[in-house]
Parts: sequence; structure tokens; C-alpha cells
Amino acid sequence: MPLVLNEEQEMLRESARGFLDEKAPVSALRKLRDTNDETGFDRGLWKEMAEMGWAGILVEEDHGGVDFGFVGAGVLAEEMGRTLTASPFLSTSILAATALKKLGSDAQKQANLPSIAAGETLYALAVDEHRKHGPAKIAMQAEKHGNGFKLSGDKTFVADGHVADKIIVAARSAGAAGEQNGLTLFLVDAKAKGVSVERTQMVDSRNAARIKFDGVEATGDEVLGEVDGGYMALEGVLNAGRAGLAAEMSGSAQQAFEMTVNYLKERKQFGTEIGTFQALQHRAAHLYSEIELAKSAVLKALQDLDSHYGMAGPICSLAKAKAGDVAKLASQEAVQMYGGIGMTDEFDIGFYMKRIRVAQEMFGDAAFHADRLAQMRGY
Amino acid sequence: MSDLETFRAEARAWLEENCPKDMRDGAGGEENICWGGKQWTFQSDAQKIWLDRMSAKGWTVPAWPKEYGGGGLSKEEVKVLKEEMRKLKCRSPLESFGIWMLGPALLKYGTHEQKLHFLPPIARGEIRWCQGYSEPNAGSDLASLQCKCEDKGDHWLINGQKVWTSYADQSDWIFVLVRTDPKATKHTGISFILVDMEQEGVSTKPIKLISGKSPFCETFFDDATAPKEYAPGVSAIVGEMNKGWDVAKYLLTHEREMISAGGGGLLGGRGMGEVAANEIGLEHGRLSDPLLRAKIAQAEIDGWAFLLTLERMKDEAKAGQGVGANSSMLKYYGTEFNKRRFEILMDIGGSDELEWEGERTKDGKLARSWLRTKANSIEGGTSEVQLNVIAKRILELPGA
Repeated sequence: MPLVLNEEQEMLRESARGFLDEKAPVSALRKLRDTNDETGFDRGLWKEMAEMGWAGILVEEDHGGVDFGFVGAGVLAEEMGRTLTASPFLSTSILAATALKKLGSDAQKQANLPSIAAGETLYALAVDEHRKHGPAKIAMQAEKHGNGFKLSGDKTFVADGHVADKIIVAARSAGAAGEQNGLTLFLVDAKAKGVSVERTQMVDSRNAARIKFDGVEATGDEVLGEVDGGYMALEGVLNAGRAGLAAEMSGSAQQAFEMTVNYLKERKQFGTEIGTFQALQHRAAHLYSEIELAKSAVLKALQDLDSHYGMAGPICSLAKAKAGDVAKLASQEAVQMYGGIGMTDEFDIGFYMKRIRVAQEMFGDAAFHADRLAQMRGY
Repeated sequence: MSDLETFRAEARAWLEENCPKDMRDGAGGEENICWGGKQWTFQSDAQKIWLDRMSAKGWTVPAWPKEYGGGGLSKEEVKVLKEEMRKLKCRSPLESFGIWMLGPALLKYGTHEQKLHFLPPIARGEIRWCQGYSEPNAGSDLASLQCKCEDKGDHWLINGQKVWTSYADQSDWIFVLVRTDPKATKHTGISFILVDMEQEGVSTKPIKLISGKSPFCETFFDDATAPKEYAPGVSAIVGEMNKGWDVAKYLLTHEREMISAGGGGLLGGRGMGEVAANEIGLEHGRLSDPLLRAKIAQAEIDGWAFLLTLERMKDEAKAGQGVGANSSMLKYYGTEFNKRRFEILMDIGGSDELEWEGERTKDGKLARSWLRTKANSIEGGTSEVQLNVIAKRILELPGA
């Protein structure tokens, strides 16, 4: 498959850019932050996105979606990265939609996918229990209890956890922390007895939560996929999330870079535009090159998720690692080249630096993915 | 079967039939290249037979038109031929600056007569060309070149010096950038001229590099001459007089693309991690040195992303998108990456790869290659010049 967007995907990008520039620019995120909005995003806007088919971008038409595939989802994530749009897109439309499509029973699909596509139900994926990502480290217990399970443990850094109606949670039905075997995924109601959610106010003014599961009862119907065999299933879902985050960061990096280059052309010091200084030109040119590499890795990861879902682990690690590092570089260079104004809250660039810092941490930072690639390649 | 698949089957059958066994070991590497030219000594009968058969078929330059010694193949057919050659591990029958550089320049800027005169001997490996661009005082600032070329009625008179001329001592002809109008501004007044090196006025002197090898020469022109025409309609100057900078720029872009693609080709071999695992060994399935492991993993990430970028740029060009000046980005990143890669390979090699001479290291093969990579980010325009080009042509920064 050529490593370029097709016509349909290009059109999606154009319409997304137009929509987001108008309805969800950075100033919208600023407003959500300044008003300490309880939801952390605009439900009305999410409804509009759903009407355009974005919420169901991965959902098959049978279930009310538009089925544009991961490249389509990535195009939207990248555009939202440009405008730093706060929305439940990653959690609900990428993570939950992927989990249900790939792992759900017919009944689970029927019960969930149409409401995802309609933008009616919100989801969260609860994986990590420690400050650093690591699915194998999961210790949360899923004890056999009658015909079902009892879930106990603490989850952290759960994106959209405080607004989710349903939570996909990974727990240990066998084995010990550190082992890949023995994980099971559950789809539980956020209002179930024993679930307590604490909203965490994050650096990027977006939504996350710490969630405590205290003997939460889950029936066999709430198991997503196979009992004890959830590790690889979870990896697949996480890969989709990683590629989505990588696409988002690629968009944020491109936007921050374009703003910076424009500033270099306007700002005058020593009687001339600072963009005439070779010290800055070379840094900008280097960053341009790095961003081009990140874009390639991201597009390939999205394409491979569409064509070789089960084998996309390495390329998704590549995309997440490269986009994370490059986006960090882009935001740091932006603040440095903007100088003092880049340090002010009034100016937007800081929002990019903050969001990128959070997105690169989620589901494994660059070091995690570099190490994972090394392991996969036998060193 | 589609036409392309028919072609694939035919090409494969022909290669099976005609490629000598000794030329089917997949050996790449500088020491196995067949360069051709009047001074060339074939390394084996097989190498000569292979060149003769391939050039008779036009497949030393498969994309060139048939009338100029090429195979007249479409882009897709060339790709199929390369794939089949790779599958059978056929060596390349011929490589040369004539194929890489002069050929493309003539195909774009040459007259029909010039093409007929100069291209077939390149395709047959009979004439070896070298490139006279840089001068002692014109390196990164190439357009400040001073090599003088005067109009003497029926011929041109050339005086000056070139440097970093690859394999000039083994070449037969040279394509040279000369100043034909000393009064014109820097970029105008330059012409692109073809000169026979078999004359008293042209001499060469190899330059010994830190790798101990001498792939480059100094080339001196002392009252060297070139006729106005080598045959009716075959002017010594390619393109318009005083417009040689256009030809030079076109070839530099072409060269950048080749160097960056070459950087990619180098990545086709064993990965750094694999080399390290084999050479240093693993403990509990991991490289025991965590800092080296991290360094390798980081480099493999960048290398992979770079390869994907080469692929994406090719696909964008095919789709009519993309930015021409991206060849500068690829040249910059690819050559810097290659240097980094060889630093890591030397780290992995440790003291065992530091033997300069002797059987164990094949006379310091890796060490000499490592040193050679240092030129990657200098030749064909330094990394800093590439960054300037990106700043100016892509980012459109002021004053760049």
C-alpha cells in the first residue's frame, strides 16, 4: 500500500481541520480549564462529532459506524492534536471500539458498538497501576466468585475515567504480577457497587482518574475475550491506542512547529527577523526532518493496524516512541525560540508542551517502546 | 497473466540462463563493483561475460531508451527486473558515474546527437567518467568555482584545478563545471563541459584519506583542450553556454537522492542489535550493557523511521505530491544516521575491530568503512548546506 493518504482520507482531513479550527481551537481548551469544567470536554461538541461519524470512525456500518479504519481514526486524532481538542475520542472511539470489535461477543457488540457510534455512551480503559506503564505488571485481582469474578485493586492514569459510563479493566485471574499469562479483561459498569472514581486534574487540563475497585462483582457476561488469555488481546487494543496517541502527537508537533516557523519570520531583534539567524534556521531545519520521520512512522503504524492488526506491535511501538520524542522536541524548541512569550500562560504554546508531556507518557513512553522493540528483535 | 507478470517470468528465465554462477553470490561492497572503462581489468571471466550479456540486452541501464544503449523499460519493469535480480542474488553488472550522474544529465539537457554519441559507451562500460565539481576554494560554496574555460575559436582552453574528483585516476573522461564568463555574476557564467582526459593538459593525483584509501583525486587542467564539437551536432558543452549551474543543480539533487537512498540500502543488512547480540552475546536474553542496548534501540528506531520516510517520499512523488527540496532532508538525515550507525558498530566491535591490518579484520574492513562514513555528510553538499536548503526552500525562512 502506498504510504500516502487516499482521496477519501484527504477529504476527511480537510473537513476535520475546518471543523476543529472553528469549533474546538486551543481557546476552547483554555476555557474548559479556566472554568474548571466538570466534564473536561464539551458534550455538545462530542454530539456533533458523533453526527459527523467521528465517534463511530472504527465501527462497522452494521453497528451504525462509518468504518473508516485506523488510518481514518488517525487522521482525526492528528487533527485534534493540532487544535488540542479535548474529547473522549481516544478512550471511546479508538480504545473501546477496538476492544469491542476485536474481542466482543455478538451480544456485547450489539449492546455497545451502536451507542459508541452514536456518541451516547462513554468508555475508559483502565490498565496501569503504577507511575510507569507496564501491562505485565498488573496486580489487580479477579477472584473467582460463584459463576463470576470479584475485582479488587487500584488503577491510575485512566483517561476519561471520571466521565466514563463503562470501564474496560484488566485484572489478574491467574498468575502473578510480572507474568503475561493470567490477565482477563472485563467490561464493567462505572456505577457498579465497589467502584470509586477520583478525578485527577492533570498537567494538560484533560481528563483522567484514579479508580478503586473494591470487590466489584462481574458476571461471565462481563468478560471481554478469553479468561486468563487477555494479555495479547490487551496488547492489540493498546497498540491501537498507542498509534492514536502517536497520530495526535504528530499533529501537535506539526502545529507547534508551524507556529514557531511563522514566529521566526515575524519577530525582529537586532534589527532583523530572528529567522535570518543561522543558529535558529538549522535547529528549525533539523526539527523539520525529525517531524517528517515521525509522520512516516505514524502513517505506517495506522496502515498496518488496518491490514495486519495482529502483527502491528513493533510498528506501533516505533510510532509511539518516535512521535513522542519528536513532539517533545518540537514543544521544547517552540518555547525556546519564542523566548519569554513562550513561557507565558497567555500564549498557547505551553498548552502544547503540557499535552505532549501527558500523551507521550500514556501507554508507554519512548524508553518503554525502545526497550520493547529491542526485546522483540532479540537483544 | 498481466503484461508485468509476463515480463517478470521472461526476465527471470533470461537471468537464470545468462547470469554466470560466480555473479550470483549477491556480493555487494565496493571491492566487487565492476566499474568498466579503458583501464578496467576484469576480476574474472564471469564478470566480463555478465557485463557483455547485460549490456547487449540494454539492462546495464534498463530505464534508458533503447537507441541510447538502454533497455527501454518502464519504471515498473525496472522495478521488477531489480526484484528478480535480487531474488537470484545477481551482482550489478556495471556501476559508474556515467550511469549515475552524466547519463541523467544528458538525458535531461543533452541534444539527440550528444546522447547518441556519449550514452551507448557508458551503457557498455567502455568509457568511465568522473565528475569535476569541487575546487580547493569552492567546496560548500560550489558556485564560486574559478576553473577557467576560454573560447579559442574552434576549441575551448581549460586551466584550473578540481579536487575530490572520485576515481579520476581510473577514469577516461570528465564532466567539468567551468567558468566561461568571468564577468558574469557567480551563478551565471558557469558551463558544463565534457573533456577527454587522455591528453597532456589533464593530470590527476590521488588523495590518501584517513581510511588509508584513495577514492578521490586532485585533477589539474593545464592548457587542456576540448573541441567545440566532437562530431557534427555533438557539442562539448551540455545545455546552454553559461547556464551550467542549472545542470549542476539538477545533478546535485540527483546525487543527494542517490546518497540518501544509498544510506537506506546500507540498512538492508543485519541490524545493529543483531550484530551486537552475535558479537557480544546475551545474558538472560538481553544485551548485558544496558546503555549500549539503549543506544542501539534508539538508533534502530530512527533508522526504521528514516526508511519509512524514503518510502513515503517516493510514494508522494508518484502521487504528484511532495516537496522537491526534501532530497536535502533525506541527504542530511541519511548521512548523519549512517555516521551514527558506524559509530555504534565500532562500539559493538570493541578492540577486535581496531586491528588496522591482518586477516582477522580483513585489513580493518569495518574500521575503514567507519572512517569512510565521515565523508558522507561532506560530499554532495555538507549537512550544514542541506540545512540551509531546508531553511530556505521548505521553511522559507527570511535571508536563508
